[in-house]
Amino acid sequence: MIVAFTQLSYVVATALFILALHWMNDPKTARRGVYGGVAAMFLAILATWAQPQVIVHHVWIVIAIALGFIVGWPLSRVPLTAVPQRTALSHSFGGLAAGLVGTAEYFLWLGEAPVNLTPFRMTAIIAEIILGYLTFTGSLMAAGKLQEIRWIPQRPVTFPLQNALNIGLLLLAVIVGAALVLNPAAPWSATAFLVIIGLALLFGVLLIIPIGGADMPTVISILNAYAGLSAVAMGFVLDNKLLITAGALDGSSGLILSVIMCKAMNRSFFNVLFGAFGKVEAVKAASGQKVYKTETIEGAAQLLEQASLVVIVPGYGMAVAQAQHKVRELYDQLKKRGITVRFAIHPVAGRMPGHMNVLLAEADIPYTDLVEMDEINPDMPQCDVALVVGANDVVNPAARYDKSSPIYGMPIIDADKARTVLAIKRSKNPGFAGIDNELYFSDRTWMLFGDAKAVVGELVKQLSGGSGMH
Amino acid sequence: MSGRQIAGRVVPLIGAVAATVALAQTPGDLPPPATAGALPAAESASLDYWSMLFVFMLATFIGVGVIRRVSRLLHTPLMSLTNAISAIAVVGSIIVTGSEHPLHIRILGAIALFASTTNIVSGFLITDRMLKMFKGDGGRK
Repeated sequence: MIVAFTQLSYVVATALFILALHWMNDPKTARRGVYGGVAAMFLAILATWAQPQVIVHHVWIVIAIALGFIVGWPLSRVPLTAVPQRTALSHSFGGLAAGLVGTAEYFLWLGEAPVNLTPFRMTAIIAEIILGYLTFTGSLMAAGKLQEIRWIPQRPVTFPLQNALNIGLLLLAVIVGAALVLNPAAPWSATAFLVIIGLALLFGVLLIIPIGGADMPTVISILNAYAGLSAVAMGFVLDNKLLITAGALDGSSGLILSVIMCKAMNRSFFNVLFGAFGKVEAVKAASGQKVYKTETIEGAAQLLEQASLVVIVPGYGMAVAQAQHKVRELYDQLKKRGITVRFAIHPVAGRMPGHMNVLLAEADIPYTDLVEMDEINPDMPQCDVALVVGANDVVNPAARYDKSSPIYGMPIIDADKARTVLAIKRSKNPGFAGIDNELYFSDRTWMLFGDAKAVVGELVKQLSGGSGMH
Repeated sequence: MSGRQIAGRVVPLIGAVAATVALAQTPGDLPPPATAGALPAAESASLDYWSMLFVFMLATFIGVGVIRRVSRLLHTPLMSLTNAISAIAVVGSIIVTGSEHPLHIRILGAIALFASTTNIVSGFLITDRMLKMFKGDGGRK
């Protein structure tokens, strides 16, 4: 009876998970997806809890779940600019859970019934712990970098033979794993198991150290895929098809996002993980004698007022300066004058997929005005003013033709094709990737130096003062 | 064009049905889904590896099919939602934590249970919080 109930609940939960993701294809139905997911989760937890062999230690379960609520709730209230690090942190929790369950299962079977450690199951356990623990430390590092914790280096750290070391470590873990699959219960097996865990933990750290902020959207997506795959492996270990399905859904979402991110940067998976931007930085040419043209706030406001189509290109700088609400006020001011305002969203703008959309939605900008790169680019020549707010590499024309540029081949937003470009930039230093941006030196470009929030605020003040309202 | 659209709608659905059937195929007289140490040694050989691989393959195709059509606007909430969904690992943690196992095993299980619950709670809540902010043309306050 209970078995049938459990299995039936798992089937329903699976269907609900798939529907939940299906509803995400439109912002109008997306919230339904959350409810579907929550319902499925409740059902699955109840069905599992109801199983006869789980009846022994209810207190433990209740305490662990309660602690999860206590920590999880504040994590859901973080400011939206901190969403990338929260996401990385939750990947690391997912990896940790998979790793721990794998470890528990192995030692349980080792102690009680080594016969159960069949080659198939051992392979699944090894995959589970390698993926789980490397996701755990890797995502922790990524979260630390995003949160800008002091003792985690922000800039990519590279050293000679780094890739050889990383790949060697992973290979070693796989070899020890293979030995374990063949001898799951030899006297040295438990030690070898712990060695694999150690190697996976170390590999996770080393994998993220050479990665810079501009690559974070891709890296977060890849870690997302790993977290999903570790759940799949757990499903194989426990013979639980619900886990396999849910893990595969998570894994394929990570996979698709990674592919989109890689395409948006014109780089391969391998290149992102093993070809740190750091190396490229040393190459950057110092072509120092170019000059910026700066514009005053009044002049910039005038330019904006006279435009009929304004395209705002937001980047990570907008998130750092928390400028999205000021940008909304600017949007309101321009709209009030009958000016068409669009936002051009590059897939890798910000620190995770979709980062800019969430920030702008938070500022109450209707999503119908957020336009993808491929859709806005044909309109750029008709654009009177392109206002670049804290974006850099995603508008660098060098990506089109300069073969020596590290971002060569990356699709960009054609801000340089607009009639005028206004670029807000915090300082005269090059951007995160350490590359000069010739858009800033173009004769159509006028620079506004300063904190994005302050500059946009000034523009708003100028515009609202000029219109004689308020 | 519209034919392709229809196919786009129908194919994932067929996939979903196929996966559901594959899931339901677990014969009712088998022991409950393998749980830590609960399986007698003799039965471990009968575990249906092939149907698990089958489910994995189908689920991946469904996942790719469904997620490809997720609005690009929603990629950040998508990630937090799939994150919460994959915290279904909570199921494995509950079995490990709640069963009659040695203490150290249950401690590992409880930590895993804590970590997964955190993901479920924060994942679903923050997804909803973000989705609430996406407003269409006339939806502004």
